Amino acid sequence: MPLIVKLLVQRIALGLLLLFLVSILIFAGTIILPGDVAQSILGQSATPEALANLRRDLGLNDPPVTRYLNWLGGLLRGDLGTALTSGQDIATAIGKRLGNTMFLAFWAAFISVPLAILLGLVAVRYRERWPDKIISAVTLASISVPEFLIAYVAIFVVSVRLRWAPSVTTIHDSMSLGEKLHTISLPVAVLTLVVLAHMMRMTRAAILNVMQSAYVETAELKGLRMFNIIWKHAFPNAVAPIVNVVMLNMAYLVVGVVVIEVVFTYPGMGQYLVDHVSKRDIPVVQACGLIFAAVYIGLNMIADIVSIIANPRLRHPK
Amino acid sequence: MNDELKYLSRRAATGLLTRREFVGRAGALGLTAAAATTMMSSAVMAAGPQKGGTLRMGLQGGSTTDSLDPALATNQVALMLIRLWGEPLVELADDGGIDGKVAESYEASADAKTWTFTVRQGLTFSNGQDVTAADVAETLDRHAGEDTKSGALGLLRDIKDVRTDGRNVIIELNNANADLPYLMADYHLIVQPGGGKSAPDAAIGTGPYVLKEVDMGVRFVAEKNPNYWGDIGHAQTIELIVINDNTARVAALQSGQVDMIDRVPPRTAGLVARAPGITVASTSGPGHYVFIAHADTAPFDNQDLMLALKHGINRQEMVDKILFGYGSVGNDSPINSSYPMFTETEQREYDPEKAAHHFKKSGHSGSVLLRTSDNSFPGAPDAAALFQQSLAGAGIELEIKREPNDGYWSEVWNNKPFCTSYWGGRPTQDQMYTTAYLSTADWNDTRFKNEQFDQLLIAARAELDLAKRTQMYADMGALQRDEGGLICPMFNDFIDAHNDKVAGWVENAKGFALMNSYAPVRMWVTG
Repeated sequence: MPLIVKLLVQRIALGLLLLFLVSILIFAGTIILPGDVAQSILGQSATPEALANLRRDLGLNDPPVTRYLNWLGGLLRGDLGTALTSGQDIATAIGKRLGNTMFLAFWAAFISVPLAILLGLVAVRYRERWPDKIISAVTLASISVPEFLIAYVAIFVVSVRLRWAPSVTTIHDSMSLGEKLHTISLPVAVLTLVVLAHMMRMTRAAILNVMQSAYVETAELKGLRMFNIIWKHAFPNAVAPIVNVVMLNMAYLVVGVVVIEVVFTYPGMGQYLVDHVSKRDIPVVQACGLIFAAVYIGLNMIADIVSIIANPRLRHPK
Repeated sequence: MNDELKYLSRRAATGLLTRREFVGRAGALGLTAAAATTMMSSAVMAAGPQKGGTLRMGLQGGSTTDSLDPALATNQVALMLIRLWGEPLVELADDGGIDGKVAESYEASADAKTWTFTVRQGLTFSNGQDVTAADVAETLDRHAGEDTKSGALGLLRDIKDVRTDGRNVIIELNNANADLPYLMADYHLIVQPGGGKSAPDAAIGTGPYVLKEVDMGVRFVAEKNPNYWGDIGHAQTIELIVINDNTARVAALQSGQVDMIDRVPPRTAGLVARAPGITVASTSGPGHYVFIAHADTAPFDNQDLMLALKHGINRQEMVDKILFGYGSVGNDSPINSSYPMFTETEQREYDPEKAAHHFKKSGHSGSVLLRTSDNSFPGAPDAAALFQQSLAGAGIELEIKREPNDGYWSEVWNNKPFCTSYWGGRPTQDQMYTTAYLSTADWNDTRFKNEQFDQLLIAARAELDLAKRTQMYADMGALQRDEGGLICPMFNDFIDAHNDKVAGWVENAKGFALMNSYAPVRMWVTG
């Protein structure tokens, strides 16, 4: 096991380096964008005096490198700073938004991951027969339609016509868990449709690949039931690519759902980030960018580690 | 009308009969559902406001980056919140006049240079503190002071001195201004304790509601202020949800999750209006969509080229295809009949021959470059394409450059010589002209510099004779229309919608959308 520990330390160190580079990239990116935060706050109603006053108050007259170093210093002390636009504490604001994003991502993953794997197994069991074809057709169709279109159709049918679930999914603290779950049912359903196909197809392909091997044939000859062979013998050997795809899709559920958030008016991280990019609020963009990058790097790291644990050959590299 | 129907509608209006029952029983008496609903709403109006209940609205324009500081308010959501918790000294009345809010009365000296506003007796802030004249003076000081970030600064530059005397606030101006009360109705100038200097975003004011839950750019809840002085603020609770996506906002109204929304897209407004129980209300106002050219920059400093462009635009086509009929044609002036001292001038029509004539006379060769973006006004790129086609009819080539939404207001508008834009308009000619057409104005986005115009503008401010003043504005309008860089094809209506759970909508109120953002506090929940 010490090998795993060493690997873990290595990966985490690399991840941190990557985060540092990401933060420089984000900072440079927001500096390059036209206009600054003072102009964005005052908008069309900016007067030169008001602009100058606001720039001075926000410390925008310092050179970019100084601003970056100040921010980095704060970060190392665990201080994300305050938003330039609203003066709110970033950590508090993000905490709430991140919580909402995780809530939605969790329930979407909770439904879609087991469903995708189960459908993948069923597709393998009935390969090239009608259940396989139906599953493939439906999931591929749902991934091919743009997510906002699925969302609008869902809103029209389920919210406006049937009135089963709300189209505005603004959750807040005074709601009970049950109310919250009812509120987010539509976005969860749409997200499930969006991520299902990718994971299902990979499960199917990875297991089919293993099914060609000699030991599966042996198991078949022994007279084991088909589903047992798939679940007990094929699946463990196909787990690495499946976990990879699952992790990629979970990362997408956390960092890539801004369109769904806008359509369903869900108060998550995506909308929060977009608002601040359009206002050039660099500290917030930095913080969000870092969190997104950390989620991505972290989930990928988990995927790598799981594949290594699952595959003895990778555990003992030559 | 038959007596039984009258009786039923009164009962329904006072809540003794549900709406559904009323429509059903009216149907039994041979009335169509639509007629029953109309009758119901007039009965509801007659019965007067009902108290209590929760009124929910879905609005466009809020962002997580907003602040509750009224000095920094720039969008519909920020404005709506201000209407809930705060009040300016005075406010625009429905007929274009002025109503008192924090001030119960005001008067001007004969030369319109000294104005006295009297603070309403016994008025308190929502934190219990009394409202004093000093609070008002401090508020003005905060918005006009050297260090201000306020969007109202431009309006207040002319103030020489503000002093207090008991309940009176006395404002001395450098130059006479007969329209000062209109300036004081600006939505940034909310009276706050101590002028809001120590806590600008505390949202403590004299408004009909008190903010209870604030989640910037997401959701807000306000409860009735029990000590409110006036007779508006009927619902017990008001919930505001920010819904920036057009389709999502309309769906929220259709599915009954909110009772009113703003900015119904003109393209779908007709369809929304057909849904049962939903009323689409369009309000004409001073807002306009424009093509602005810098009148001091080549080639737009050439009067003939400008006239060629002005004659080469098909205004009616734009109203039909961009506004879908929810608006009226413009006449290359920022002023329309919504202004108090408006004088009708001859409508400039699409005339390709005249346009070609002026274009030839201008000696300009090659194309003209127009910049546009999606956010400069809804449908701006389409409007630019229509302009391109109508100009082509006169043999003029218009080149369209699509700019990104991001940074449009800082990089293109008021910066590049020819682009698309919009104006929300102002309550008076003086404010509109002072904001954007005075030679020295910060937002003179057409670079219109005309000495005669400037002199007339200053003189009109001091003119208390209405007929003379009206004539002055007519003269200024003619100067600006013929020599200015503004091509104004259309005035856009505000298109709002509400369902039949709320009542009390006032047609064609002056000011901004949603009855100058007073809809939630002036309307009521019918149960």
